[in-house]
Amino acid sequence: MIFLDFEKPIEALYKQLEDAKKLESKGDVDMSTALKELEAKIKVKQKEIYDNLTGWQRVQLSRHPERPYSLYYIKAMCHKFVELHGDRYYKDDKAIIGGLGSMEGQTYMFIGHQKGVNTKMRQYRNFGMANPEGYRKALRLMKMAERFNYPVVCLIDTPGAYPGLEAEERGQAEAIARNLYEMSKLRVPIVCVVIGEGASGGALGIGVGDRILMLENTWYSVISPESCSSILWRSWDYKEQAAEALKLTPNHMLEFGLIDDIIKEPLGGAHTAPEEMVKLLKKRIKREVADLMVLDTDERIDLRIEKFGKMGDFERIEEK
Amino acid sequence: MSWFKRLREGITTKTKQKKEIPEGVWYKCKKCSNTITSKDHIANLYICPECNYHDRITPDDYFNIIFDGRYTELFADLHSKDFLNFTDVKSYPERIIAAKQKAGRMTAMEVAHGKVNRLDLVIAAMDFKFIGGSMGSVMGEKIALAIDYCVEHKIPLMIISKSGGARMMEAAFSLMQMAKTSARLTRLAKAGVPYFSFMTDPTTGGVTASFAMLGDINFAEPGALIGFAGPRVIKETIKKDLPEGFQTSEFLLDHGFLDFIVDRQNLKERIGDLLHLFRMKDKAEVSEA
Repeated sequence: MIFLDFEKPIEALYKQLEDAKKLESKGDVDMSTALKELEAKIKVKQKEIYDNLTGWQRVQLSRHPERPYSLYYIKAMCHKFVELHGDRYYKDDKAIIGGLGSMEGQTYMFIGHQKGVNTKMRQYRNFGMANPEGYRKALRLMKMAERFNYPVVCLIDTPGAYPGLEAEERGQAEAIARNLYEMSKLRVPIVCVVIGEGASGGALGIGVGDRILMLENTWYSVISPESCSSILWRSWDYKEQAAEALKLTPNHMLEFGLIDDIIKEPLGGAHTAPEEMVKLLKKRIKREVADLMVLDTDERIDLRIEKFGKMGDFERIEEK
Repeated sequence: MSWFKRLREGITTKTKQKKEIPEGVWYKCKKCSNTITSKDHIANLYICPECNYHDRITPDDYFNIIFDGRYTELFADLHSKDFLNFTDVKSYPERIIAAKQKAGRMTAMEVAHGKVNRLDLVIAAMDFKFIGGSMGSVMGEKIALAIDYCVEHKIPLMIISKSGGARMMEAAFSLMQMAKTSARLTRLAKAGVPYFSFMTDPTTGGVTASFAMLGDINFAEPGALIGFAGPRVIKETIKKDLPEGFQTSEFLLDHGFLDFIVDRQNLKERIGDLLHLFRMKDKAEVSEA
């Protein structure tokens, strides 16, 4: 297991636990009470730490190298899953994946950002930073879902859309804008879940839907704390302050009415109990889709447009 | 011999060393350094007669050019609010006050209803002097209200973009304005009302990646910087110099993202043509009368 800096107290306890287990396996000593005590201690410590996470710590957790990514969730949730590739214009983007999957007899269109699980794969997936063809592939799949009346599930996990030369040539901005527009009026239910990082337009490009949910240890904002620090503070050293200032945690987002709900993660984060996380996520997606299916299509689209229409805060001052 | 040749055009002075030149008698072109009197420069619609550099202008300037100065401002009662208590090196309210002083207006966007060749048009225009024309809740709401207004009155909408993108001081709220405005545009399309997106220098970030790229007609001023990521970020990412003309209006036209580029002198005429061509049938008699 990999522990983050603020998890050091937990790491120490885990070490004790392992030592105790080793001792027990040698025979002789009965460690069962000590083991139980240690396990209980870990739970208490975890709760203490996880109940008081700062914005920056959530960001760190959302990027935990052992955190499950889109394909893991989709494959684990679905009885059958067939990945579909390519935007039919230019190429197949590896940073956004998609395909048809079934859960209890219902076919869904799954779309998600995909990060790599090791160094080689991280490069292959371009660190989850999509090019225009990724957004266009996503749109192609959504349009297909619309034709066959399958609900769409989008899993968001990106440090941002790729800021490259070719991305600009092929219209990164147009690709994202087109998705915002088309997703607003797609005639099937759309459920979006932030499963890791939700950075800016790159996240929103597959993030317009009827329900927007966030896992507990994730973040969603207009910019990453690092970039925010570099632009506003003109230095990379203020990422912690930037993370606080941006109010990017799920709790803030829910309080602001910018998302619909938070999906609790197992204590210690999704990566400590991925199978349990899969169950929680699957249950929630099924429930949301079932609720949305009941609505009339035009009404659902109107509600979706209104939902985003309400986002924003300002003052009204009459001119003197 | 590139040692002796000037490779980069314009002034390369660092932002820090730049001095605000007071409104004077003379205007020096930012691109070719040609000097003319301010009076002539204004008379030429803030375009350099030497190199055709289109200097940045305000919403009022555009309204004067397009509507001949006769228009009604809409939704002027909306003002920015610091609902996040956002503070970086400066607090957001301080930035708003400074921006109001610098730009001489209350928000980064002004919406106006006027006529071009007797045909109605609503224009929502940005002011770059107001926190870089950045999009926050007020801009999002103004655009949404402008769309509703255009749907209700069946009047074509034009948005003049001049913005660095989403306003960081409103964090996720500013991000969601991208979805809010794009979603609302579907209603304009449904009502059969045309939307013209006019991009001027600069149009980047969340503005480009939402309504600016969604026009029925996308067009731009010559030489404008238009893109998703800023040139500096791209340069740092790819660790190479960017090709000349990258992310300019001409580059976008060439890559198929603009319908045309129009000089400011021909702007009014071109908009008049568009309004004539898109004229709605039930309005035809009124305007021809």
